[in-house]
Amino acid sequence: MLLIDCPYCGKRPEVEFHCGGEAHIARPEMPTAVEDADWGSFLYYRTNPKGLHAERWLHGHGCGRWFNALRDTVSDAFVATYEMGKPRPDRDEATASSPSNA
Amino acid sequence: MSQPFRRPSGGRIDRSRPLAVTFNGKQLEGFAGDTVASMLIASGQHLAGRSFKYHRPRGILSHGSDEPSALLSVDWRADRGAGYRDPNNRASVVEARDGLVVNTQNHWPSLETDVGAVNDLLSPIFVAGFYYKTFMWPRKFWDRVYEPVIRKAAGLGEAPEVRDADRYSNRHAHCDVLIVGAGPAGLAAALAASADGEKRVILADEGFEPGGALLNDVTSEIDGKPAMAWVAETVATLDARENVVILPRTTAFGYYNHNHVCMVERVSDHRADAPEGLARERLWQVRAGEVVLAAGSHERPLVFENNDRPGIMLAESVRAFVNRWAVLPGNELVVVTSSASAYRTALDAKAAGMRVSIVDIRLDADCGTELSLARDGGITVRTGHTVIKALGGKRVTGLVVAPISANGSIGEKTTLACDCVAMSGGWTPSVHLFSQSRGKLRFDVELDAFVPGTSAQAERSAGACRGVYDLSAVIADGAKAGGGSSTPQATVSFAGFQPVRVLPTDADATKIKAFIDFQNDVTAKDIKLAVREGFESIEHVKRYTTTGMATDQGKTSNMNALGLVAGILDRPLPAVGTTTFRPPYTPVTFGALIGPARDELFDPVRRTPIDPWAEKNGAVFEPVALWRRAKYFPQAGEDMHAAVARETKAVRTTVGIFDASTLGKIEVIGPDAAEFMNRIYTNAWLKLKTGGCRYGLMLREDGFVYDDGVVARLAEDRFHVTTTTGGAPRVMRHMEDYLQTEWPDLDVFLTSITEQWAVIALQGPNARKVLEPFVSEIDLAEDAFPHMTVKTGYVCGVPCRLFRVSFTGELGFEVNVPADYGEAVWKTLYEKGQKHGITPYGTEAMHVLRAEMGFIVVGQETDGTVTADDLGLSGLVSKVKTDFVGKRSLTRPDMVAEGRRQLVGLLTKNPDEVLDEGAQVVDDPGQPIPMKMIGHVTSSYASSNCGRSIAMAMIDGGRTRIGETVFVTTPAGFTEAVISNAVFYDVKGETVDA
Amino acid sequence: MRRFSLTSLLKEAANGHQGWERQWRAPEPKKEYDVIIVGGGGHGLATAYYLASVHGVTNVAVLERGWIGGGNTGRNTTIVRSNYLFDESAGLYEHAMKLWEGLSQELNYNVMFSQRGVLMLAHNHHDVISFKRHVYANRLNGIDNEWLSPEECKAYCPPLSISPDLRYPVLGGALQRRGGTARHDAVAWGYARGADSRGVDIIQNCEVLGLKRHPDGSVAGVETSRGTIGAKRVGVVAAGHTGVVMSRFGLRMPVESVPLQALVSEPVKPVFPCVVMSNAVHAYISQSDKGELVIGAGTDQYVSYSQQGGIHIINHTLDAICELFPQFGRMRMLRSWGGIVDVTPDRSPILGKTPIEGLFVNCGWGTGGFKATPGSGHVFAHTLATGEPHKINAPFSLDRFRTGRLIDEAAAAAVAH
Repeated sequence: MLLIDCPYCGKRPEVEFHCGGEAHIARPEMPTAVEDADWGSFLYYRTNPKGLHAERWLHGHGCGRWFNALRDTVSDAFVATYEMGKPRPDRDEATASSPSNA
Repeated sequence: MSQPFRRPSGGRIDRSRPLAVTFNGKQLEGFAGDTVASMLIASGQHLAGRSFKYHRPRGILSHGSDEPSALLSVDWRADRGAGYRDPNNRASVVEARDGLVVNTQNHWPSLETDVGAVNDLLSPIFVAGFYYKTFMWPRKFWDRVYEPVIRKAAGLGEAPEVRDADRYSNRHAHCDVLIVGAGPAGLAAALAASADGEKRVILADEGFEPGGALLNDVTSEIDGKPAMAWVAETVATLDARENVVILPRTTAFGYYNHNHVCMVERVSDHRADAPEGLARERLWQVRAGEVVLAAGSHERPLVFENNDRPGIMLAESVRAFVNRWAVLPGNELVVVTSSASAYRTALDAKAAGMRVSIVDIRLDADCGTELSLARDGGITVRTGHTVIKALGGKRVTGLVVAPISANGSIGEKTTLACDCVAMSGGWTPSVHLFSQSRGKLRFDVELDAFVPGTSAQAERSAGACRGVYDLSAVIADGAKAGGGSSTPQATVSFAGFQPVRVLPTDADATKIKAFIDFQNDVTAKDIKLAVREGFESIEHVKRYTTTGMATDQGKTSNMNALGLVAGILDRPLPAVGTTTFRPPYTPVTFGALIGPARDELFDPVRRTPIDPWAEKNGAVFEPVALWRRAKYFPQAGEDMHAAVARETKAVRTTVGIFDASTLGKIEVIGPDAAEFMNRIYTNAWLKLKTGGCRYGLMLREDGFVYDDGVVARLAEDRFHVTTTTGGAPRVMRHMEDYLQTEWPDLDVFLTSITEQWAVIALQGPNARKVLEPFVSEIDLAEDAFPHMTVKTGYVCGVPCRLFRVSFTGELGFEVNVPADYGEAVWKTLYEKGQKHGITPYGTEAMHVLRAEMGFIVVGQETDGTVTADDLGLSGLVSKVKTDFVGKRSLTRPDMVAEGRRQLVGLLTKNPDEVLDEGAQVVDDPGQPIPMKMIGHVTSSYASSNCGRSIAMAMIDGGRTRIGETVFVTTPAGFTEAVISNAVFYDVKGETVDA
Repeated sequence: MRRFSLTSLLKEAANGHQGWERQWRAPEPKKEYDVIIVGGGGHGLATAYYLASVHGVTNVAVLERGWIGGGNTGRNTTIVRSNYLFDESAGLYEHAMKLWEGLSQELNYNVMFSQRGVLMLAHNHHDVISFKRHVYANRLNGIDNEWLSPEECKAYCPPLSISPDLRYPVLGGALQRRGGTARHDAVAWGYARGADSRGVDIIQNCEVLGLKRHPDGSVAGVETSRGTIGAKRVGVVAAGHTGVVMSRFGLRMPVESVPLQALVSEPVKPVFPCVVMSNAVHAYISQSDKGELVIGAGTDQYVSYSQQGGIHIINHTLDAICELFPQFGRMRMLRSWGGIVDVTPDRSPILGKTPIEGLFVNCGWGTGGFKATPGSGHVFAHTLATGEPHKINAPFSLDRFRTGRLIDEAAAAAVAH
């Protein structure tokens, strides 16, 4: 079970959270102006990387806030968690692979 | 049985507390501190089971949790009745106590005489993977003949027959340092880590006494004291520290993400006096700042012909039985070894009175001081020798040994008579938990073992589990891992071994059985066969031969298998691969993993405020999501059909009362609340007046219907949203998601109020009459309070949000009162409504009533692939709004394609026939299979109000086919039905809008 | 290929089993192949086998990063069934079922396909409707599936509790008698042996690192850890790693890879006669020929390639198992493990063309790919041999994520009230 550092509450066990999938996929400003293929991409296509992954989490059984996290999908180690609206932190894979979840 | 092999004194047993265990119906005697294994040995019994495949007689190999062979069925509380027995318990870790009833397994008719042993004779056929090569003809015989026979032969013990009568508990813990293993390394680590009183330390050990390998050690000294005195002092110091928790009988079995370590503590199995109701086991889920692994190491068996005969044991285990339990595993011991450590066994056994000789694979020059010590002690040591085979059947009677010459040839054979063999092929660090933590293993050629390389989590390994074997070094290593330092003066340990995979022999290797995996009956020739057939990765070898897949998870077999494969392929050992260690370290009961999550705590039931009344009034309940809801209220002699007919009739003719409290409720508040609603729902909200209600439809972003419900605007900036019963949590999440992540510019707050309000629906022509006397500050008159409006005021003096809405087509009110008043208000309305014949109705009647009106239920008419237009609800989808969730998807090619399934009604030709919900619809029942299906039935009821059955269905292009006849599946075949509009009941009298 | 039979087994028994040959060779990669299959799991090996046996395309290589069958093929709970709802899925899985029924004989390798029946339990009104919808649809599609009362469920699976006191009482079940289990490893090995004997090169420890393309953009071959290998067509069958491989080829896919866990108990004598699945309480269970209870859990909620999930998933699964089978409370978990499953938005696979000419993909099987192995390989072999999808896999195109023509088995089966 992951230990997740909610930016508002601190470290809490994964069972308090809901994962909302890949982060930083902005909903188009005017969806009706988007082509079918691009809309399909927006709805369904994901980066699914083996390595650092920016993803959304909801602290549902806690503060109720959504936030973003940067996690290594190979080690499952979190590199950072950050508030919605903040840019993805500039981290590389090397940082991620160090044991950082003590 | 008496205890002929018990030593007259010594051992870590309490001779003042004798006890008895029933073994295969006979009385076995022992003392507190014994295990079933040590009691068996005390009685002279080594035969303790039959092997998996060949049913060979098997004895006790080990004294620890790596025991592969001596597996017993144990009834832990035979005196308390059924429900306390389980199979496959390792004799070596079952703590002896009065009242245990244990039996051996996998034999018929008896342990001594087992018919299954014929398999041993057929073993030339039953090699690795033989079943992949045969049993294929005739085809049908696999299921009917071969497989049943194989299955019956396989398996070990018998599964429990009845419900587990024990209970289990579960505990979460946090600590700064978790130490796994209370041997010398773990104790030293705990001592160092807990020196700072601020640090919370947990020390867990799978055994029932701390000390680890030192428990078997009667000769070593630490700082001038006997080793166990050091252990006792250290434990006393730790006990006195308030920041330390010591957990004996606690196995750390799983090392998960982010230093989440799971352990199981055996709480009561060892206690004859355990009070009933005391948990049997406790699952500890520990989140540790740091973890110190001090898990020790496992001894390797040697591989030679018949190395599985009872009486042949691991060398350290022989030492443990002799010293710790004061039992002699025989009179005549041969120690066979390639490892220095076994010499300690030989010396201790001799000191205990056994006749001892040593056969060492190594040459004199490769041995250390242990050799001269043994020889000086009067022990015959045959160095440079191999074991050709063991003699005997149900007990070893001798070993055939021979010198190995410099060119590798086998010299003259000698038979050494013996009744016990202690073997040691060296040591394998226990890296299981380290590997589970996803640390990277490193192969150490010197140690001939995988040892922890790079850690993946905040973890350190110490002592034997990382290949440190000398006692002083182990303690120093532990102290360092605990964050301190220690430089003890301890007796120098006999360390070092010469790796050997299969002992050299001149026998025909294809004819002999030299076991690698004892429990799964995997021999060296099986491994060779696998490699010959191209299975070269160790994972392939494991899967093809099943080596390492037994209940001991390969603790004794993995390195021998790996080494053998590497040797055959002539590759360095790591190139063959290292098997991944998976949780659990030792098998864990389902009960412990479940903990209290049984019965009413399996998935707690949500109950409405009116639930107690419903229960008292005979409601039949059904589970709906996590809730239980009253399905119908049968009166004497009524079945569901009769009750529902009566309930639905009452709603249409007078008034019914219904508990709608489970409906999800969300309050949407803020200056931008209307804009938010506009974006989330398909229809328009900006113009909805305060006090107005509107039916809202919500889509997912992919355009499919997600949820629905009535929404009331309580104020300019305040909406009371209702959702489906099951949909409430996901709708709340969906709304929060968009609000927080897509539209942070909107000034809106969302609050779940599902449990704040009890909801009582009054439906029927007399609804107003029932309600009127109890309402204050609300004018119920039709023109003052029309359909689809909301007012706040008081009902029975209780603050109320009163909705004029209807899910039945009749005049209806939904009375929302604070949950605590729900039952009281319900009772009042019900009692005073008697003169109008008020009738409580349940979910089933509610479904019939709404279907009569053609109202959909999301999740029943819809299945996640249905659009608003499919439901005939395109009027609810705003054409004006430029955007809302799901809008863009509605124009995707397939969403606007011709022939989509549409909601219609179905009327059976026979009005009494009720279609099966889920039934499929076809045009031509005579067509060949596969048939073209054109739709399916979503809802179907007997409607007493309509005087016939009614059904709703999704039919391809259904709205253009009204009046056409179709065929609907029934359990027996097909029945005819006509497509109709999905509105079946013509409401009479004062209706919703009257 | 040395034929397996009782006769050959007895003959070898007399000979100390010295005469058995390798079940597949360990060849060096050639310079070029007609078809390269990326991924040596069951689906990839089956594809190679049918390319050779049905289409006569034998100049084929299967490139496997590790050891064959080491991914989800060797990590699943071995359940085989074909009682899917939608015509498209029913067609695909029933195609597989028919191949399963003769597979041991066709491959001359006993894959222990055991038609012990798959019973899916209904615990609420929604389940009942959904399963009856399946039962009826299957009947009209020629697929066996029948509705059982709770008592009939109990008779078919005696350990099952049908007590009305269960949190979610058993209201009935849908039984596919032709469903069952198979020995997962043997499926990979059997296909490997069959393909190898027809000339297919199975190349293990060979990781695909990139795609080589002609100037017109079409496929020319692959870059691997063992050098460049030419190919006219490439089929990616990499399951949980499909996204990784495709991103090396410059393509994104509508899949996410998540952990899926399973576990086995200690082996016991026969106690569980069939396969039972329960969607409502999230559990499925059968007993292996070796005697272990094989239990499947749900997926973890996040993308991960760690092949490890959280224990809370296991706990919850066992809660459900012991609710339905209270006598198993004293059984012990012997081994648990995780796989990486590639999940599509509609939980149906993708089998067909990609935007790159000559590159094909077979992925997105999610939590249920094992059962489809023969059918998947068979139709994908057709696709690779002809360059066009078989009519069975035509609906499973990538294009459906543009048009919205999803095949949403999950939505159809699992929407809550």
